[in-house]
Amino acid sequence: MSLFEPTSRPLGQPSIRRSTTSPMYTFGGVFVLVVLLTIAPWIFPAQWTSTLMNFFILVIMATMWNLLAGYAGMISIGQQAFIGLGAYATLYFALKGINPFVTIPLSTIICAAIAVPVTYLLFRLRGGYFAIATWVVSDTALLVIGAVAYLGGGTGKLMPGLQNLSPTETAHYSYLATWIVAFIVVTSTYLLLRSRLGLVLASIRDNEVAARSAGANVQSARRLIFIIAAAGCGAAGAVLAISQPFIQPSSVFSLQWAAEMLFVSMIGGLGTIEGPIIGSVIYFALQQSLQQYGVWYLIIFGSLAIVVALWQPRGLWGAFRDRFHSELLPVGYWLREPKATK
Amino acid sequence: MIWLNIIIQGALVGGFYALFACGLSLMFGVLKVINLAHGDMAVVAGYVAVFLSPHLHIPGLWSFIVVVPIFGLVGYVLQRTLIQKSIDRDPFTTLLVTFGLSVVIENLLLEIYTANGQTVNIGSLISKSWHPASIIYVSYVSLGVLAVAVAVLGILQLFLSKTGTGRLIRAVADDREAAQLSGANYRHIFGIAAAIAFATVALAGIAYGMMTQFAPTSGGINLLFAFEAVVIGGIGSLWGTLIGGIALGVAQQFGAHINPEYQVLAGNILFLLVLAVRPQGLFGKKTALS
Repeated sequence: MSLFEPTSRPLGQPSIRRSTTSPMYTFGGVFVLVVLLTIAPWIFPAQWTSTLMNFFILVIMATMWNLLAGYAGMISIGQQAFIGLGAYATLYFALKGINPFVTIPLSTIICAAIAVPVTYLLFRLRGGYFAIATWVVSDTALLVIGAVAYLGGGTGKLMPGLQNLSPTETAHYSYLATWIVAFIVVTSTYLLLRSRLGLVLASIRDNEVAARSAGANVQSARRLIFIIAAAGCGAAGAVLAISQPFIQPSSVFSLQWAAEMLFVSMIGGLGTIEGPIIGSVIYFALQQSLQQYGVWYLIIFGSLAIVVALWQPRGLWGAFRDRFHSELLPVGYWLREPKATK
Repeated sequence: MIWLNIIIQGALVGGFYALFACGLSLMFGVLKVINLAHGDMAVVAGYVAVFLSPHLHIPGLWSFIVVVPIFGLVGYVLQRTLIQKSIDRDPFTTLLVTFGLSVVIENLLLEIYTANGQTVNIGSLISKSWHPASIIYVSYVSLGVLAVAVAVLGILQLFLSKTGTGRLIRAVADDREAAQLSGANYRHIFGIAAAIAFATVALAGIAYGMMTQFAPTSGGINLLFAFEAVVIGGIGSLWGTLIGGIALGVAQQFGAHINPEYQVLAGNILFLLVLAVRPQGLFGKKTALS
């Protein structure tokens, strides 16, 4: 593969690179941010850390939704099924006496396991019918969980296992748990998309028929992504259950989650890693500044998402990237045309 | 006798689901658009009926005379602007846009009319029913809605097969490029199809408001039921949707008979069973899936 090695590249050949900016800058910036966010509960006021926690939960969800829609072309409006199931799995283990923080990975695995049979049902439908069917699945999960008296039925239940910690300890630990989960989710999504599977996904997104004929197994790539997204949303549900200890079916299985993750990824930019994070920042800024005006922030945000979908389908980050050719977390490749030689 | 009652009540409710689903089917069949704001449109129709008809001194029962034409117009305009714009992008965008629309409409209704339940006032008719046997009560309103559903489906079927516009709609639905080559203005045809779909949505919304209380958030669950009726009956079959609606209604009544909490769950389970065993639905063709 001498073509890809810069040293033996003949003059006038195009070169292929991950990014136009040096990865050193990105990793330097990410490192500083990671350190800052890890010590955040000790240096920032408690109000900030609780907002940051909700922000991280939204980032996890939006990143997972972006993986589904932006990379695998599946629109789901039923991811709240796995948020709810993750929260309830955590509650169930806590009721059995296990430390809620320890159960986060367990709940994640359970959600992934539940997603496997679900894909065999849902993948019989495509496009819009797939989207509504995901909603039926989440509605079914809500009704089944709501009928289990041990888990508090329809009225909900208080998360046990957190009461023997002091309020400050609970706040710090749940902040750290949320932050670690968010970091793992975003990092592994980044690595996943740089892997072979990421290439397969990009080829499906660009041209499904061509990808099939080139030997890409579209169905199993989609299935794997759906399961990963379910696991990620399950982890989000688990940290949600820890951060707001009263768990109610109607709130953890709420369609509002689907709306938030969809709008956030749309506005930030589908099909980019940075998009959902930037979308979440905008969402929180809007929500905090319009707090006293009821649900107007959702109306404005929804209208903004429609406008973006119609006129700027690559989202705000996509528009920025197209203009400046720069990426913070590159997963694709740039083709650099050689400078014209006479 | 209990079983007969479950079937009768299920069939009555099923007629409503079919009426609700018919616009969804038409939009998908012709425009290839799943309108995720379908349920919210029906709720808007309900609100228009409740708050507009007193101003015009029209009794609630007859409010459809005003609301249905308004919705036909709204459907045409919305199609020619927002929906056509998203169709021009890709099917993916239509889903994002209609879902966005759904959330915006729902929250706007919440801001304007609060979460309080509303009903379309039809006076004493609401409580009147036919009482053929010991425990069986057939509500006149539900019976009327079932009759309207059958009539709408029949008229739509006739319209699509017998009239020139109907044939154009089918031509555009089958092969847009070929129809365009023959001189059909597909955007206008899409607009007409959307106008019909929205008119039936308005009927469904008013019918819902007559049968029960509704709130800004009622749209979602009804979209879910309509969608289940479509898939159970078979995608692309109008009469299949009616049978699907009735099957869903009977399943829900059966669930409610065991435990009132299981009403919706039983319908969802029937839907998932059909998806597992016969994904093309009871009357659908296998090709409609891909």
